[in-house]
Amino acid sequence: MPDWTELTINELQSLLTSRQVSAEEVTRAHLERIASKDSEIRAYLTVAEERALEQARAVDRRLAAGEPLGPLGGVPVAVKDVILIRGLANTCASKMLENFIAPYSATAVERMEQAGAIILGKTNCDEFAMGSSTENSGFYPTHNPHDLSRVPGGSSGGSAAAVAARLATVALGSDTGGSIRQPAAFCGVVGMMGTYGRVSRYGLVAFASSLDHIGPFGRSVRDVARLLGVIAGRDPRDSTSADVPVENYEAALGRPVTGFKIGVPEEYFKGLNPEIGDNIQKGLHLFGRLGCEIVPIRLPHTEYAIACYYIICTAEASSNLARYDGVRYGLRAPNPAGLRDLYKQTRHQGFGPEVKRRIMLGTYVLSSGYYDAYYLKAQQVRALITRDFVEAFDEVDAIVTPTSPIPPFKLGERLNDPLQMYLADIYTVTASLAGIPGISIPCGTTRGHPPLPVGMQILARHFDEARLLQLAEAFEREGGFHIHP
Amino acid sequence: MALTEKDVRYVAELAHLELSETEVRKFLPQLDSILQYVQKLNELDTQRVEPMAQVTFTEASHPAWREDLARPGLSRDEPLSNAPESGGGCFKVPKVIERE
Repeated sequence: MPDWTELTINELQSLLTSRQVSAEEVTRAHLERIASKDSEIRAYLTVAEERALEQARAVDRRLAAGEPLGPLGGVPVAVKDVILIRGLANTCASKMLENFIAPYSATAVERMEQAGAIILGKTNCDEFAMGSSTENSGFYPTHNPHDLSRVPGGSSGGSAAAVAARLATVALGSDTGGSIRQPAAFCGVVGMMGTYGRVSRYGLVAFASSLDHIGPFGRSVRDVARLLGVIAGRDPRDSTSADVPVENYEAALGRPVTGFKIGVPEEYFKGLNPEIGDNIQKGLHLFGRLGCEIVPIRLPHTEYAIACYYIICTAEASSNLARYDGVRYGLRAPNPAGLRDLYKQTRHQGFGPEVKRRIMLGTYVLSSGYYDAYYLKAQQVRALITRDFVEAFDEVDAIVTPTSPIPPFKLGERLNDPLQMYLADIYTVTASLAGIPGISIPCGTTRGHPPLPVGMQILARHFDEARLLQLAEAFEREGGFHIHP
Repeated sequence: MALTEKDVRYVAELAHLELSETEVRKFLPQLDSILQYVQKLNELDTQRVEPMAQVTFTEASHPAWREDLARPGLSRDEPLSNAPESGGGCFKVPKVIERE
């Protein structure tokens, strides 16, 4: 019997429409694999077995009635536990929301379900999406499927690991400063963040609202293009979602990329792991063979991006997380001495160390007397970083960089030095600040045992997702740089 | 070290966050090193740079205005179902006004 967990969306759907397999069988295959594998990987926080099987049977009934499958019909999907699904627990991997049941669904989830997706469950992440390793989960860390002693990246580590380990065909994550792209790189899968506003944030639990995105993971660029096409587009329930037509992303795939200009910023090749540097250089040669022109460029404000990002995201987080006070939902500390004590004790007991650290930082930079020196200054530097990209895209069609300066590290190795952890986000936070789209695709492995995945990041102009996917798919088809755990 | 334990306690108070003594001692050097690091931004002259609060596009791509129409929302019971304590269709909280 073939393994239904290995397939791409197109392979799966052609078997479904020719009735060689039912959606229920495909779903059961995934649930069985989760039952046997996830005790060591721990990608999921909730597995919605009955709900998934009901959705699968509904797809089978539609097929039997001769109805069309829908763009995600019968496709098993995992969803990061910061994206609401009505009726399912939504913990944000935090003790604060351990018992929270979502009263409505995110727009991205509604659109996936309308497209026929089967939602398998909710995936682990760093608490409230704050972190780069999924070790900040309030419940348990997720392990990298390529080497269980290493982290899967973060914060969307559960979604990335689930897709890599074939515990789902595709997944949703969220990206604020690299939280889709970096775990995609660490787990050897494709992960994408669209332009800010490309995908509605309605139903995404807010971390830093001017930086938050929902985006797709997949094992192929085509699967990612399919999922992005389903979830993208204007949503009146998110006033920052863009009223810009959604291109047919899959139609762009397979077109030649000859003559595309690819910028390589020298600032992104300093101080990185040499094996990652070598792999990205090989990747650039491959783009050369595809007929792209490789152009050295400068993004001079890159070195200020981490400072800028960690001021803005913590400021926004301290404001957004003020709502967790023990009153309307979530944890409530027992026996408080009055209302103010209720707030303070609830937050003391409900939040983990990284969330507390970020609330403290954000509160500090917004506090009286410091606003101009930190928050206002960071907003000005954000404008400079954005201008770097606008000027670069006058000359080039896309920019190629490593996704992360380091390969997946050992669990526990970096937990005691938050600043070192933040500094490793250097290649991903810049696109978040500028609001431009970015994708991470597999680009070979390190030479150690076991070999660890390396990710290449491609960036493009605002709303140029089609070109980004076109380049990524051309690379994937030509390169065969994929890696399976 | 520029930051003091007193600063950490003051900021925690602003954030309505109770911190244990152990947490205060742990966070102090961590927050201090991060705040020292972000001083790096002062190397840049930004006097003439407009602050960027949001990724903004055009009015056409991000229509900010809509008709102010009532739309169906959640019933009263749905949000209350997640409340740690509720009664009479309301969220229950400890006494807010303290007696002298």
